[in-house]
Amino acid sequence: MTEPVLRVQDLAVYFSSRTGSLFRREVRVLRAVDGISFDLNPGETLGIVGESGSGKSTLARTILGLLSPNRGRVLWMGEDLTRLEAEPMRQKRKELQIVFQDPVASLNPRMTAGSIIAEPLWTFYPQMESLQVEERTRGMMKMVGLLPNQINRYPHEFSGGQCQRIGIARSLVLNPKLLICDEPVSALDVSIQAQIINLLRDLQKKLGLALIFIAHDLSIVRHISDRVMVMYMGRSMEVAEKTALYRRPLHPYSRALMKSVLIPDPVRAREAKQEVWLKGDMPSPFSPPRGCIFHSRCPYQVPRCQADVPALRRMENGNWVACHRAEELDLSI
Amino acid sequence: MARMKMAGNALTNDPFAAAFATQDVQGRSLWIDAWHRLLKNRAAVASGITMFLMLLAVVFGPMLSPWAPDFTDWDHTASPPSLVNGHWFGTDAVGRDILVRTLEGGRISLLVGLVATLVSLVIGVSYGSVAGYYGGVTDRMMMRIVDIIYALPFMFFVILLMVVFGRHIILIFVAIGAVNWLDMARIVRGQTLGLKNTEFVEAAQACGVSDKAIIVRHIVPNLLGVVMVYVTLTIPHVILVESFLSFLGLGVQEPMSSWGALVNDGAQDMESSPWTLIFPATFLAITLYCFNYIGDGMRDALDPKDRA
Amino acid sequence: MSLLEVKNLQVSFATPEGEVHAVNGIDFAVSAGETLAIVGESGSGKSQLVMAIMGLLAENGCASGQALFKGEDLLQKTPRELNKVRGSQIAMIFQDPMTSLNPYLTVEQQMTEVLMYHQKLGRHEAFEHAVEMLRAVRIPDAEERIHQYPHEYSGGMRQRVMIAMSLLCEPDLLIADEPTTALDVTVQAQITYLIGELRKKTRMAMILITHDLAVVAGISDRILVMYAGQMVESGTVEDIFYRAHHPYTRGLLASVPRLDRDASDDLQAIPGNPPNLLSLPRGCCFRDRCTQAQEICSQPPPMWRDERGHRSRCVLEMPDGRVENDPAGEAGPAAGKSAP
Repeated sequence: MTEPVLRVQDLAVYFSSRTGSLFRREVRVLRAVDGISFDLNPGETLGIVGESGSGKSTLARTILGLLSPNRGRVLWMGEDLTRLEAEPMRQKRKELQIVFQDPVASLNPRMTAGSIIAEPLWTFYPQMESLQVEERTRGMMKMVGLLPNQINRYPHEFSGGQCQRIGIARSLVLNPKLLICDEPVSALDVSIQAQIINLLRDLQKKLGLALIFIAHDLSIVRHISDRVMVMYMGRSMEVAEKTALYRRPLHPYSRALMKSVLIPDPVRAREAKQEVWLKGDMPSPFSPPRGCIFHSRCPYQVPRCQADVPALRRMENGNWVACHRAEELDLSI
Repeated sequence: MARMKMAGNALTNDPFAAAFATQDVQGRSLWIDAWHRLLKNRAAVASGITMFLMLLAVVFGPMLSPWAPDFTDWDHTASPPSLVNGHWFGTDAVGRDILVRTLEGGRISLLVGLVATLVSLVIGVSYGSVAGYYGGVTDRMMMRIVDIIYALPFMFFVILLMVVFGRHIILIFVAIGAVNWLDMARIVRGQTLGLKNTEFVEAAQACGVSDKAIIVRHIVPNLLGVVMVYVTLTIPHVILVESFLSFLGLGVQEPMSSWGALVNDGAQDMESSPWTLIFPATFLAITLYCFNYIGDGMRDALDPKDRA
Repeated sequence: MSLLEVKNLQVSFATPEGEVHAVNGIDFAVSAGETLAIVGESGSGKSQLVMAIMGLLAENGCASGQALFKGEDLLQKTPRELNKVRGSQIAMIFQDPMTSLNPYLTVEQQMTEVLMYHQKLGRHEAFEHAVEMLRAVRIPDAEERIHQYPHEYSGGMRQRVMIAMSLLCEPDLLIADEPTTALDVTVQAQITYLIGELRKKTRMAMILITHDLAVVAGISDRILVMYAGQMVESGTVEDIFYRAHHPYTRGLLASVPRLDRDASDDLQAIPGNPPNLLSLPRGCCFRDRCTQAQEICSQPPPMWRDERGHRSRCVLEMPDGRVENDPAGEAGPAAGKSAP
C-alpha cells in the first residue's frame, strides 16, 4: 500500500475586502476554498471539476504555495508546504508544477519558445552549460510534440495548441513529480483539446507523474482521471472513482453537471427533457447559504439542508458525498 | 534579458519546409512587427529622417562652417541672411554667424534632451518597477517619496542648485533629470501593477524564478513599449524646459549656447533683426514636432491590440 | 423564398504578411423559421463570414460576393442603410456579454434606447416591452432587475439580457456568434435550451456560430462545416451527425468527449495544427491533417451532392451522391496561390 504523495487536509483560503464608507467599515469575507481534503497517490490522476466560483483555481495555487491558506495543511511527501519558509518552498518548485488555462497569456510575449522552456533550468541550475540547456530544451520540445527547430520563435507565432505545448514543456523541464493542470484545454479548439489531453496522458504514463486535472466540464476529465472531485463554492460535493461517478453520481450537483453535458446526437438531444436539475443562480460568494452550501439550488432540498452542513462521508460504493440525502436519492443518469 | 545562442538562422519561415530542413527557424519578435508598422507611418518616418539629418547637422555642421561660433565678424554685424557674404542665416548684434551658433546650440539642446531623458529613464524604470512589483508598504513609501519631491517647486530647486554650485552644464542635466524621473517612475509603476498580475509572471513565480529575475526578464521588457513612447515625448519636453531656463537666464553660460538661449537673445532683437530669432526658433520647433510625431507613431505601432 | 441568401462570399484582409483569405467562396441560404449552424474552429472564417454580412469587418477587410437579405444585397449597402437593418431586422449577439453591454448604463437604459431608436416607442411603452422581454428569457424579478447595471448580473444572466435585447425589435434573423462559449457548463445548457425554446416559439431564422458540435445538435436544422475559409460539408443536422462524409467533420465528431462512450481509449484527435491562412496547401485545404489524404488531394476536390442537399467537398465518394459542377465555388482565389 503506497503512501499518498500529496495530502490536502481541511484547506481553507479566505479573501477579505474592505468596503463601506469611512465611518462604517465592513469587512467582507470570500471563502474561496472552505475545507477541502483529498489524497493523491503516486502516478494517479485526480480530476477536479467545478464551475466559475468553485474555488478550483484558488485551490491549485494554494497547493503550489502561490497563495497562503487560512487553515489546513498541504502535505507533500510528508512535508507540510504551508509551514515552509520562502527559500525551501522555492526549492520545492522543482517538484510541483502547473500548466495554466490561457496558453498564450501564460507565455512572456517577449521571450522565445526556447527561452521560456529553459528559464526553469537557468533558475535552478545556473551553472549548467548553455549547450546542455539547449539540448535539454530541444528534447523537451520533441517530447511535447513540437519541432525543435521552432526554438527561436515567439509565442505569437504559434497556435493556441502549440503554445500550450510550450507551457507543458516548461512545466516538465525540471522533472516534477506533481503536475497541476488548471483548465489546460478550455481555451483550445475541440480537436486540439483531444490532442493535448492525449499528450498529458502519455506524458503522465511515461514520466510517472501524479496529475491534478482541473476542468469545468465532466466530459473533459473523464478520459484522463482515475478519480474525480466535484467542487462547488469552495467545498467538495463528491469524490469518487471515475467509473462509479459517471455511472451513478450521488450528489445532486454532480448530476446537474453531468446532465449539462450536451449530447452530440440530434435525436437524443431533442428528446432530452429539460428537468430542473439546478434552480436559480449561484449565490453571491460573500453571503453563502447556511447549512449545505448547495441547498439554494438543489431540487431535492429539505429543511435539514438549510440548517446542517453535510460532512463529506463515505458511501458503500466507495464514493465520498456531502449530502444529507445521499442514501435515499436515486440520481442515476 | 538572457538569450540563448542558437545554431544559425533558418532560410524560411514556413513550418512545413522547416520540417524537412534541420536548421532553426528565425523568430519574428514583437519589436520587429512594431518596427514594420512604424515604417509605414509616413509622418514618423519623415520625422525620423529629419531628426537624423538634424543630428548630422549639429554634430558636423560647426566643423564644416567657415565661422567659429564665437568669431565676431565686425564687418557684418546684425546683417540679414545672405548667400553672398557667407552668413547664410545672418549675424547677430555682435557679428556672430547665426547658422553656426544655431547648430552649436543644437548640440547642447539635443544633448540635454537625450542625457536628461536617459537619466530619468534609468532611475524611473528601476524605481517604478521595484515599487510596483513589491507593492504593499514598500510601494507606498516609495511613491510617497515621489509625491513629496513632486510637490517641491521646480524653479526653486533649480535656482538653489545654481546658487550653490554655479551655472555648470552638468547641473542642468541633474536638475532636469532629477525632476523628470518622477513621471517615468509613476508610469512604470502603473504598468508594473498591471503586468504583475499576468499569467506569465505567475508562471515564472510558480517556476521559482527570483524577484529580481522576474523584474528584469518579464516586467521591464513588457513595459518598454510604453516607456519608449514616453521617452520620445519627454525629450522635447526637456529641451523646452532647458529653453525656458535659458530664457530666464538660468541656462547654459556663455560662450556655450543652446536654442533656448539663442531664442532669448533673438527675442530681444526681434524688431531690428528678426532672423536672430527665427532660425533658432524654427530649429527648435522642428525638433519638437519631429519627436512628437515619432512618439505618436511609436504609440500606434506598439498598440497592444495588435499584439498577437 | 430564402430570407438570407449568400452567394460566393469572399472576405480577405490586407496584412503586412500578405493577403489573408479568411472566407473563400461560401454559399448558403436560410429561410424564415430555420436555424443554420455554422461550425468551424480557429481559422475557419466563420466569424468573419457574418461580420462581412453585417458590415462589421475591420478596416483592412474586404468582402465580395452577394448577401441577399430579403432580396437586397447587404454588401452593397452604405453604413447608414445597414444601420436601419441591423438591430431591427437582423440582430446579432456576441460571445462575451460583458463587453457587448455598456457597463455605464443600466440594462433599462440600453434596452429602451434600442426600442426608442428603431421602433419609435415612447419611454413608458419601451419600458414595458423591455420588461416583458426579460421575462421571456427567464430573468427573475425582471421589473426590479432591469434597473441594475450589467456587472450586477452573472455571466449567464448577462447573456440572457443580450438575447432579450436582440429580440426587442422582433428581428427576422438572429445571428449568434459563439453565444455559449464563455459560459459555465450548467449555464451553457440553460442558454442552449433557451435558444431551443425561442426557435419553437418564434418564426425567427437563426444562424448559430460555434466551434462545438455538441451545442448545436439539438437546436439546429442545418449545419455548415467550415475549414480554412471554405465550406467542407453542409447538410441537415441528421446528415452531419449520422452520415458525416468529410474527414474533417468526422474528425470533429470523434473528438467531442462523450459521456456515453467508452473512456478508456484515447480521445480521437485531429492531427496537426489549425490552418495557416497565409500558406494553405494546394488542392484540398485539409489534406495536411487528413488521415485519408491521397495523391489526388493535391487537386481541388470535387463537390459531392445528394438529393437531400447534403454536400461535401472531398475526393472520397459519397454514397447516393453525384459530383456537382461547381466552377465558381470550389476554386476560390486562394486555390492555386497556396503552398510555398
